[in-house]
Amino acid sequence: MSNAATFDTRTETAIPVESSLAYSYRHSGAPRGGGASRLQLRERAMLGHLILRGGAIVLDEAVRDVLGLNLPGEPQTLVQDASGERSIQWLSPDEWLVIVPGGEEFPLETKLREHLGSAHFAISDVSGGQTLVELSGEAARELLMKTVIYDVHPSHFPVGKGVTTVFAKATTIIRRPSEDRWELVIRRSFADYCYRWLLDAGAEYDINVQQ
Amino acid sequence: MSQSKQQVYRLNTGGRIDRSRTLSFTFNGERYQGHPGDTLASALLANGVDIVNRSFKYSRPRGIVAAGAEEPNAIVQLGSSEAGQVPNVRATQQALYDGLTATSTNGWPNVQRDLMGLIGKLGGQFMPPGFYYKTFMAPASMWLTYEKYIRKAAGLGRSPMEADPDSYDHFNQHCDVLVVGAGAAGLAAALAAARSGARVIVADEQEEMGGSLLASRETLEGKPADQWVVRVLDELSGCENVTLLPRTTANGYHDHNFVTLHERRTEHLSDTAPVENGRRQVRARLHRVRAGQVILATGAHERPLVYAGNDVPGNLLAGAVSTYIRRYGVAPGRKLVLSTSNDYGYRAALDWKEAGCEVVAIVDAREAPAGDWVDAARAQGIKIIAGSAVIEAKGSSRVSAARVAKIDIEAFKVTGPIQELACDTIASSGGYSPVIHLASHTGARPTWRDDILGFVPGLVKGVQACGGANGCYALGDVLAEGVEAGIKAAAAMGHAAQTVSLPSAEQLKQGPAVALFQVPHEKPTLRGPKQFVDLQNDVTAAGIELATREGFESIEHIKRYTAMGFGTDQGKLGNINGMAIAARCLGRSIPEVGTTVFRPNYTPVTFGAIVGRHCRELFDPERYTALHQWHVERGAEFEDVGQWKRPWYYPQKLNGKTETMHEAVARECLAVREKVGILDASTLGKIDIQGPDAREFLARVYTNKWEKLAVGRCRYGLMCKDDGMVTDDGVTSCLADNHFLMTTTTGGAAAILEWLELWHQTEWPELDVYFSSVTDHWATMTVTGPDARKLLGEITDIDLDRDSFKFMDWRSGTVAGVPARVFRISFTGELTFEINVQANYAMHVWQTLFKHGEKYDLTPYGTETMHVLRAEKGFIIVGQETDGSVTPEDLGMQWAVGYDKPYSWIGKRALTRSDTKRENRKQLVGLKPKDPKVVLEEGAQIVFDPKHAIPMPMVGHVTSSYFSPVLDSGFALAVVKGGHQKLGETVYLPMADGQTFEAEIVSTIFYDPKGERQNV
Amino acid sequence: MFYIYCPYCGEHREEEEFHPKGQAHLERPKEPEACSDEEWGDYLFFRDNPRGVHHEMWVHAVGCRKFFNVTRHTVSYEILETYKMGEQPSITADSQNQPREAAAVSHKEGVRA
Repeated sequence: MSNAATFDTRTETAIPVESSLAYSYRHSGAPRGGGASRLQLRERAMLGHLILRGGAIVLDEAVRDVLGLNLPGEPQTLVQDASGERSIQWLSPDEWLVIVPGGEEFPLETKLREHLGSAHFAISDVSGGQTLVELSGEAARELLMKTVIYDVHPSHFPVGKGVTTVFAKATTIIRRPSEDRWELVIRRSFADYCYRWLLDAGAEYDINVQQ
Repeated sequence: MSQSKQQVYRLNTGGRIDRSRTLSFTFNGERYQGHPGDTLASALLANGVDIVNRSFKYSRPRGIVAAGAEEPNAIVQLGSSEAGQVPNVRATQQALYDGLTATSTNGWPNVQRDLMGLIGKLGGQFMPPGFYYKTFMAPASMWLTYEKYIRKAAGLGRSPMEADPDSYDHFNQHCDVLVVGAGAAGLAAALAAARSGARVIVADEQEEMGGSLLASRETLEGKPADQWVVRVLDELSGCENVTLLPRTTANGYHDHNFVTLHERRTEHLSDTAPVENGRRQVRARLHRVRAGQVILATGAHERPLVYAGNDVPGNLLAGAVSTYIRRYGVAPGRKLVLSTSNDYGYRAALDWKEAGCEVVAIVDAREAPAGDWVDAARAQGIKIIAGSAVIEAKGSSRVSAARVAKIDIEAFKVTGPIQELACDTIASSGGYSPVIHLASHTGARPTWRDDILGFVPGLVKGVQACGGANGCYALGDVLAEGVEAGIKAAAAMGHAAQTVSLPSAEQLKQGPAVALFQVPHEKPTLRGPKQFVDLQNDVTAAGIELATREGFESIEHIKRYTAMGFGTDQGKLGNINGMAIAARCLGRSIPEVGTTVFRPNYTPVTFGAIVGRHCRELFDPERYTALHQWHVERGAEFEDVGQWKRPWYYPQKLNGKTETMHEAVARECLAVREKVGILDASTLGKIDIQGPDAREFLARVYTNKWEKLAVGRCRYGLMCKDDGMVTDDGVTSCLADNHFLMTTTTGGAAAILEWLELWHQTEWPELDVYFSSVTDHWATMTVTGPDARKLLGEITDIDLDRDSFKFMDWRSGTVAGVPARVFRISFTGELTFEINVQANYAMHVWQTLFKHGEKYDLTPYGTETMHVLRAEKGFIIVGQETDGSVTPEDLGMQWAVGYDKPYSWIGKRALTRSDTKRENRKQLVGLKPKDPKVVLEEGAQIVFDPKHAIPMPMVGHVTSSYFSPVLDSGFALAVVKGGHQKLGETVYLPMADGQTFEAEIVSTIFYDPKGERQNV
Repeated sequence: MFYIYCPYCGEHREEEEFHPKGQAHLERPKEPEACSDEEWGDYLFFRDNPRGVHHEMWVHAVGCRKFFNVTRHTVSYEILETYKMGEQPSITADSQNQPREAAAVSHKEGVRA
């Protein structure tokens, strides 16, 4: 066990929580879009987000044993389990983003730390600091073209890819877990800006926000 | 509104307009009619509107000259409503729609009767190039007066005074091949690239794709050329790998094949975007294209000849005459004289004749014109006057006659008798200039080619030019060049060539053109009637000649002195002629004179398109904490700190009156000093640092020592750059032996994380340590004041006893049932607990604190109160007390510097440089105004001797200044030369209004100097 | 707007994702205290500003957050190569052949005009 402090920031007690978009729903609403909607937006709030840092060789076995996923060694790769509930994404040669169902992150961190022992690595819980937003619908790619500078053409952004890039004037992670679905990982403090941007840019597609 | 005029110049047949439908429009208050397919220019010509503008400098009447982007005169203000005003629209590029309302850009009070015209005509002789520089330079104080009238006279169009109702988008595009221009060359290139499977974008600025083929008299495979256009567009629009963008101008060509395209999506429909299904359409898109390969198929602009009176309405480009007849069904006159230096010009005469109008004569500068089109003109019985040119156009508001004479081009002389031919239209052609603007944006220099009498584009990596843009004009060759460029571009992107069979074009026999730019007149250029080179900027041949006589030899200087090719014109018609004239005057060749640099944008782009959605509430990201909702509901005023919105203060309403900022801050300050206050400190940067070498790393980037900081303890740290200047500060806590939590200033969070990575990745990769930002993960609430312990004690399981949870300790436990880390640190000087919880729980914890805090009068306070409280304690704010030139010693913070640390930490070496050791450096001190009611101005300069003659030696400035409710006095922090040795001395602050304030230099700690209050 | 190949991400990415960090291959003196004031001043403040081939450090700030080096021609702005931290450039001012120099010169004259 590495000499680092672990701290479960989540509690089982029934305490009201507010997702990164709680303010935005109150302030900007959640348009329903209607039947003509060509764009759906859904926040997957309260998931467990961990930043995993270390050498790929150091982490690979632990990730496979504990999480049951292969650590993606290739840049811009996103790997998910069969359910799509757990994923690990390459962020940098020594940095990965793990997203798991809310509440799994602390046991996962603990197990990874046990498995990795005295190796040099770092795990940081960032679950409160970011949220995951799903985009789907036929206009999703066009909306992204208005929004991110990265090339989102299917030939350049196939399923299983994920990148960190410029989103309007902010920064997000953008990933493509399946043919018809895109995911944005948005930092909490920028979430309202990003949400307002998506509503504004998505208005012409009658964006539909599912809460 | 007067009755609509008749379209007297509209032809009964021909053109791509829909005569079955009629559109009404208004120009300068008069109502006219046109048809779908018209441009505003073609409709104006159809209605016989000769004068469309007044010229920029001389206020001469001007008519339509061209049919495309190169139009210099017909520049209009568009918009039927105030919000829909658009300046600088070329009538030749504006599609006609029902209800279009346009006015001339220039002309005061109107184009027909122009007051400035009088001045222009009288003053013409007195307005040589450099006129403005020479005339309005002195006295400088008068410039504002002159400018008002000059601007009014110049009339550069105006922006709307109401908010734009429309929305605009930026589109980030990526492709293998970007084809600019969808004429013959561009379509051939696009077809070849598309068939090979490359991702292709085709952008064309016109209403319809097809370029010159839409108005060509040539055939492809024996059929009208526009039928081939239909077939190609049909194929391209069916390709998934092709994006066709009509009405889209490539305006800027930037580094590494980054091209900006301006797509006008609704400007052919109305002046503000129409509403469809209850939603206003997006008016324009700015495509930001990153292309693997760029093909410039931008065609060529016809060059007018420069002759006297060539600006009188009725002087047109030969090609424009053909375009108006063949594409728009308008013959812009009745009697034509054509002046040409080449075979291409003949097409205008042939088209004119076929339209049933009279060709008075073709005046050809060549001694023995020969070629298929020349033969065709002869066969039609058109009179050809060889070896001659139109030397002057007569007429004032419309051409009335052409003066024609034999000329000697080499000797630049009129050699024969002058005959006057009555006519209402003069068309001229001096050959073609390839449109090299975009290539020029990249910085690549164009190359002069004698064989085509023009510049071809200089090319950077990954770009090709083909067709007219490359100086290739014969249709068959143009198509072949296009296909070749398309195949080459696709191949460069890894796509194998597919066959493209070219349609057969007519093989035309053509005679060689002659190099004619300025036509000689019987009088010398400087004394003869004006010969215009740049119609938009009113630059004449005489002006260029004069500039060369005044010693301007570089074409870039001549451009600036005369204004040739300035502004929205970008030298489309005039530049080559201007260079040729400069070359003649300087006795050099055109390539020796060289060309000027064309700059973006090629044609004007609206601010809306440039801004896109980055406007109004989306202008810049606003970052919110997890408690933002609460602050808003509590009525907080917000302060921008970087992109964060932080509560500044919380004004209360008392007896229907809202507190002033001063009152609110005083109340908040006293609450903290006497009871308990709470601050949302979530914006502080937080960096999670893990690894066996974390402690060593901290010791290298901070000025102070870290080796003995125990688990459970916190320490304040100062960070310097390697020049020894303070760059950030904050508290770092030891979470475990190999695990630290660093806090940074709110504004410095991202930069400090990058700073740590920089040193780790470049200088000390051997240190085993990782950094991750956890700023947004934690919400931070600062509970501070004498009652802080009592309040927190009600809702936490952490032992808050002063002996077990000491100052500068941290503990974990729960607060309001939520897992929390609590840090006992203080930025106010009072007993303080900083509670950190996962941000999703923040609102619950904050509200619980308020539920329990009611009995303690828990008071929320903002950044202003935080500033007052910390300044009373002499705590610095990096960026306020420091400005990149302040060392730890200047701040009197030697206590935070570990001079004897083993590693030469960042900044250490610089602190022993002679300059950083200087005794009279500006040092941080406190200032106590002699008058306690005075609050000194932040930034106010400090002097030692107010009686010193001006300029007084300035010895420092105020960095922070507030009114302190507990001291009942103004107080300030300041930097003063040698200030640490001057405690008790008096300094002076002379203000702009003549007052001088006095203040005493005191300690920076104004309140609780022993620090007892935070230790209770 | 540059298009920069990030050697860590293995892709070309838009300039907006990067921050320029100045001249590359500046090494902090191993023993700062052994430097004279002048030597330390050189390290802190003095930078090359060549016309032609230049090595500069960039960071993929909105991306993998890795620092790397770029060999760039300061006249044409062409990026000739990018390479990871700790690696050496394969293209230098000395390794440039004559034609490229000649091209740079003609370009330079164009800029002056």
